[in-house]
Amino acid sequence: MSTRLAQGGRLIDRQKPLRFTFNGLPMEGYEGDTMAAALLANDRMLVGRSFKYHRPRGIVASGAEEPNALVGLGEGARFEPNQRVTTTELFDGASAISQNHWPSLDFDIGAINARLARFLPAGFYYKMFIHPRPFWKHVYEPFIRQSAGLGRAPKDRDPDRYEQAYGFCDVAVVGGGVAGLAAALAAGRAGKRVWLMEQAAHWGGRAVVDGVTVDGAAAEDWVAAALAELGGMANVRVKARTMAAGLYDHGYLLAYERIADHTPGDGRPRHRLWRIRAGQVIAATGAIERPLAFAGNDVPGVMLASAVRDYAVNWAVSPGDRTVIVTNNDDAYRTALALADAGLVVPAVVDARACVTGALPQAVRDRGIRVLEGRGIAKVKGGKRVTGVAICAQAGEGSVLEEIGCDAVAMSGGWSPVVHLWSHCGGKLAWDEAGAMFRPDPARPPTGADGAAMVVAAGAANGHLQAADCLADAHAAGGGTGAAPTAVTEAEAPLEPVWIMPQGAGPALRAKMWLDYQNDVKVSDVQLAAREGYESVEHTKRYTTLGMATDQGKLSNINGLAVLSEALHQPIPATGTTTFRPPYTPISLAAIAGEAKGELFQPLRRTPMHDWHEAHGAYWEPVGHWRRPYCYQRSGEGIEDAVRREVRNTRNGLGLLDASTLGKIVVKGPDAGRFLDMLYTNMMSTLPVGKCRYGLMCNEQGFLSDDGVVARLSDDTWLCHTTSGGADRIHGWMEDWLQCEWWDWKVYTANLTEQFAQVAVVGPKARAVLEKLGGDIDLSAAALPFMHWAEGTLGGISARVFRISFSGELSYEIAVPAGQGRAFWEQLIAAGEDFGVMPYGTEALHIMRAEKGFIMIGDETDGTVIPQDLGLDWAISKKKADFLGKRGMERTHMTDPNRWKLVGLETPDGSVIPDGAYVPATGVNANGQKNTQGRVTSTYHSPTLDRGIAMALVLNGPDRMGEVLDIPGIDGKVYRAKIVSPVFYDPEGEKQNV
Amino acid sequence: MKRYSVFAVAREALRNHQGWDRAWAKADPKPRYDAIVVGAGGHGLASAYYLGRNHGITNVAVIEKGWLGGGNTGRNTTIIRSNYLQDPSAAIYEKSRSLYETLSQDLNYNIMFSPRGVMMLAQTQHEVRGYLRTAHANALQGVATEFIGPERVKELVPIIDTNGPRYPVLGALWQPRAGTARHDAVAWGYARACSAMGMDIIQNCEVTGIRREGGKVTGVETTKGAIGCDRLGIVVAGHSSQLADMAGFRLPIESVALQALVSEPIKPCMDVVVMANTVHGYLSQSDKGEMVIGGGTDGFNNYTQRGSWHHIEETVRALVETFPMLSRLKMLRQWGGIVDMTGDRSPIISKTPVEGVFVNCGWGTGGFKAIPGSGWAMAELMAKGASPLAEEFSMFRFREGKFIDESVAAGVAH
Repeated sequence: MSTRLAQGGRLIDRQKPLRFTFNGLPMEGYEGDTMAAALLANDRMLVGRSFKYHRPRGIVASGAEEPNALVGLGEGARFEPNQRVTTTELFDGASAISQNHWPSLDFDIGAINARLARFLPAGFYYKMFIHPRPFWKHVYEPFIRQSAGLGRAPKDRDPDRYEQAYGFCDVAVVGGGVAGLAAALAAGRAGKRVWLMEQAAHWGGRAVVDGVTVDGAAAEDWVAAALAELGGMANVRVKARTMAAGLYDHGYLLAYERIADHTPGDGRPRHRLWRIRAGQVIAATGAIERPLAFAGNDVPGVMLASAVRDYAVNWAVSPGDRTVIVTNNDDAYRTALALADAGLVVPAVVDARACVTGALPQAVRDRGIRVLEGRGIAKVKGGKRVTGVAICAQAGEGSVLEEIGCDAVAMSGGWSPVVHLWSHCGGKLAWDEAGAMFRPDPARPPTGADGAAMVVAAGAANGHLQAADCLADAHAAGGGTGAAPTAVTEAEAPLEPVWIMPQGAGPALRAKMWLDYQNDVKVSDVQLAAREGYESVEHTKRYTTLGMATDQGKLSNINGLAVLSEALHQPIPATGTTTFRPPYTPISLAAIAGEAKGELFQPLRRTPMHDWHEAHGAYWEPVGHWRRPYCYQRSGEGIEDAVRREVRNTRNGLGLLDASTLGKIVVKGPDAGRFLDMLYTNMMSTLPVGKCRYGLMCNEQGFLSDDGVVARLSDDTWLCHTTSGGADRIHGWMEDWLQCEWWDWKVYTANLTEQFAQVAVVGPKARAVLEKLGGDIDLSAAALPFMHWAEGTLGGISARVFRISFSGELSYEIAVPAGQGRAFWEQLIAAGEDFGVMPYGTEALHIMRAEKGFIMIGDETDGTVIPQDLGLDWAISKKKADFLGKRGMERTHMTDPNRWKLVGLETPDGSVIPDGAYVPATGVNANGQKNTQGRVTSTYHSPTLDRGIAMALVLNGPDRMGEVLDIPGIDGKVYRAKIVSPVFYDPEGEKQNV
Repeated sequence: MKRYSVFAVAREALRNHQGWDRAWAKADPKPRYDAIVVGAGGHGLASAYYLGRNHGITNVAVIEKGWLGGGNTGRNTTIIRSNYLQDPSAAIYEKSRSLYETLSQDLNYNIMFSPRGVMMLAQTQHEVRGYLRTAHANALQGVATEFIGPERVKELVPIIDTNGPRYPVLGALWQPRAGTARHDAVAWGYARACSAMGMDIIQNCEVTGIRREGGKVTGVETTKGAIGCDRLGIVVAGHSSQLADMAGFRLPIESVALQALVSEPIKPCMDVVVMANTVHGYLSQSDKGEMVIGGGTDGFNNYTQRGSWHHIEETVRALVETFPMLSRLKMLRQWGGIVDMTGDRSPIISKTPVEGVFVNCGWGTGGFKAIPGSGWAMAELMAKGASPLAEEFSMFRFREGKFIDESVAAGVAH
């Protein structure tokens, strides 16, 4: 059984017991425990089920590399699936449930898959479930899908808060082992701005567990002193519980700080995502121990040797009473010593090496522990817990020489440097034959914007597994001058690569040797992939799912590609690795989203009159980041009724529209006129001061992209109105041309959209209400005719009055300083009372412009429409040598006389044609699609005419006036419509020119 | 080629799966072929497959710089749909979707086409009108789609928040026979079928030059030597302009990174594919249980197969806002691929200025769904010199201004 030792545990505080539950069972641990340590202390080794075969799974590691021990943590809205217990700090009241089983962890029906394992090898689903065809959707996939996934999906809205922040430093040191500390000390002492981060809550990495002596002191003390010194440096920032998740181009480092995972609901943000600009990254990320591939290496109780040591030393937890150690290297002997120190039984150390000498094995032998040379494990006995191991010759085929009873196995296949940060941005690896590991190739580092290396690997991450080398390497990486910290450890004999155990194992044993514990990928699966031609390491990964589990192959990848290399009879470097992708361990989507959710999801732009609208029944419509009133609903009034009322009231009396969202870009300078002549299809440089002109803008292809009224404010200043949705885009467009192409033109632009509130005062009473406000502007038709502007004061507020109309009515658009927008609006509402004033929304705006046959960008245009299609030839200058889009619209398809062109449509019965309807033509095209000859671009019920009106683009439409078309709707009806002029209302323009 | 079936698996199980054939043969280049396809991604392999199956041309080599299926075929979010607005797009994507329906049977390889339905959310009035337009167009194009209301959206996707404070869901364009497939399997299945027809699939073989005589192609130079051919198909998304450069012409293509990510696997909670274009993200759940997430492309050109972090943030924000339960899930892995972008965001399947050279590229962010249809059209074009499906996708359309612009339908083209 696994249990808590009576003494020891450098990280736990026995004075502070914590209560928690696992699958509802109450358990106890101590402050400083990880949940994994606490579970083991409560003799809970079996904690989950594997993905494919539902095999029993126990804790195998002690850190981020853990593939098995994932639980659902928390309850209700704070429930989170797939929490790795080896990195979950225990807290009082924690509740965890195991995953991927039914009905229970101990008795799981899904384990039938394990019985069928030989019928379910790698990639079996590609070869099966092909017939009969409908079965995949209706039978096979639903069945497979039900058994997929690990933890259950959260249901509720997350109550926690997440932060994002930026950091800047010269050197970011990743990893809080002695290497990271040495590098940070070196860089910090040199005066660099340093960030030091450690993913766990505790410092010191392996050295403190392994009893290394640093600079003559115990590693424990050296680490404490180093942290104290770093803590005292103003230029150094030290962060625990912070994992460097990924490295991006130009040294952009992503770090994930788990602030309150262990103190849920305490009011602090749960996670914080740091985006760090680092001059240099020092990856002191350590190394991860590799499992050995022997039959039954997935039975709960088989653990990494280093993890067994960690549990004993850090948390005073013994994973088993009798632990057999199996290894191909000297380091695992430290586990034997640690267990012996704790008074636990180590029946044997099984060493695959034929000849084992060296100080560490000798020390183990001196304790009276058997060391079996040239031996391997033929098979692990036990189902939900190890009961023993069968020993064989490593060089043989697995004949059992003896059986040893035990309840835990500590395995070590050597170490793999953690090279993720090195690799994220293209750093390359070199195979180290002696160490049987990939290590960063210093000749091929990831490079930054300046072409220089932006990552330095240090210590074990750089392949230096011995403490002394590790410290020297890290000291140098940190730019240290003078002597590096020194370390004393036992000398280690070289390891001997062992990729399967025993060497000559047959198919039956290979089918029981797990490589990827979570995804149930075995040696036999990788060999099958190789046999079937999935030879690229990427093919093998994808075919077998090796390394695709939540640990992303931290334990399995190197073993897997070594097995693949052997199967392909090629050296390991020829096989290579799969791509290392961020994040190093999974990070919460919430942290990635940060504070941007709900009301803060995107900036909400409000016009100065926003609150007034809100208080007066606005039914909002999102328009870009703005909110605009679609209409103003009165109590008991439907939306359509409100829209009709607003249209009629504006046509017959007085309407007010908040037009503040309209883009307002000032263009100024000696070359401004020339610039605008290039931007607009028509001529703007000739516009007299005081006048307005409607203009069109096209992209280089000649397609219409925006429109609006331009006013010339002074000799060198123009004000360009754009569509509401187009303001930012058009401003960017202007700057793009000015900065990239016409950089020597003397033009400034400024987007003043938010500096002005703008109100459209519309209707027969428009002049009257403005005159009632009083001011110094002569608003008479003679003084301020259509398409002119004037400025002065209105109702005591500075105003610029544009006499323009998008409705066909007498209309003034009045811009006032944004800060006075609300006051101005309220003055108009008050003054308009006698005239029956009503505000109107975007839908009334749309209807009135359609009644008048005015186009709307985004309705009549869609990025494929040229001005000529809309009958706007008049707005295309023939005098100008060039403008944006001119060349584009001269191409053959654009000048084709047979294009879809703008017309109006009138239904004889007054019905409204559905939005988006197409006009079919006879026959089908070469691909069997019905031919078309046009489409409806805008369609409304016109309150003014009390019938349906529509605008449409129809093949040669203007030449076909009076023709009747049949237009099918997706509602199943066919609408008859007559082609008419698109101007349904006041075609002579008498209303707007009064 | 041994047929795959449950019986074959059972038979092999009894002998420890020692008897399986290679899925595709290992091949060294022959001196010449009737046709060479450069690029063993989905589109290249499908082009070769239909050259053999539909046109009897089997003396074909598919040449691949790296490992087959290693480009965007193996990096996408596996969405298959055909609810496109413009006729040429709807034609080729619907052809493709219908080929996907029976592809597992045609290839004798389970590519797991799962017609679980794809919905594109409308979250502004403008989007509502855009999708109504697409629905009308689809009705005439023979593509089965419908515009559904928010209640039906919620019914199909219980985890969605249709009442988000910023962009409430106003409806959706729903294509019930759209869905997903297992992307790697598509490449592997085609490769196996090509190999079975006697075609050579040559991996780790980079094309370094294109040989021409008198304006006509005669072969390619590769890292495994020169290989002759009469017809050459260039199907190398991400590097199309480089191959065109070797053939002496230019393509209107820009190369940008598109990223995707997956969460850790969870038990099934969403069976359909949802695309939210206003907030810009899309989401589905794989059969393994991972939430598969995609978003927009990077704004700058590059070849790194990585991308900018801020795009991941934008995409995840969009989806956490739309699906609040995602918040406590974790990102397992993110990755990127390089996509070809044309001026109108529609593909190119075309003859080129070099006689005998054909190009299939420019699939932008949405190529996976097109693989069978694209291969079908490319094969026809290479075999016959013309294909109705490819007709409008000529590279010369940009010269004429005859764009096939899908972005106009309020949609983004994934």
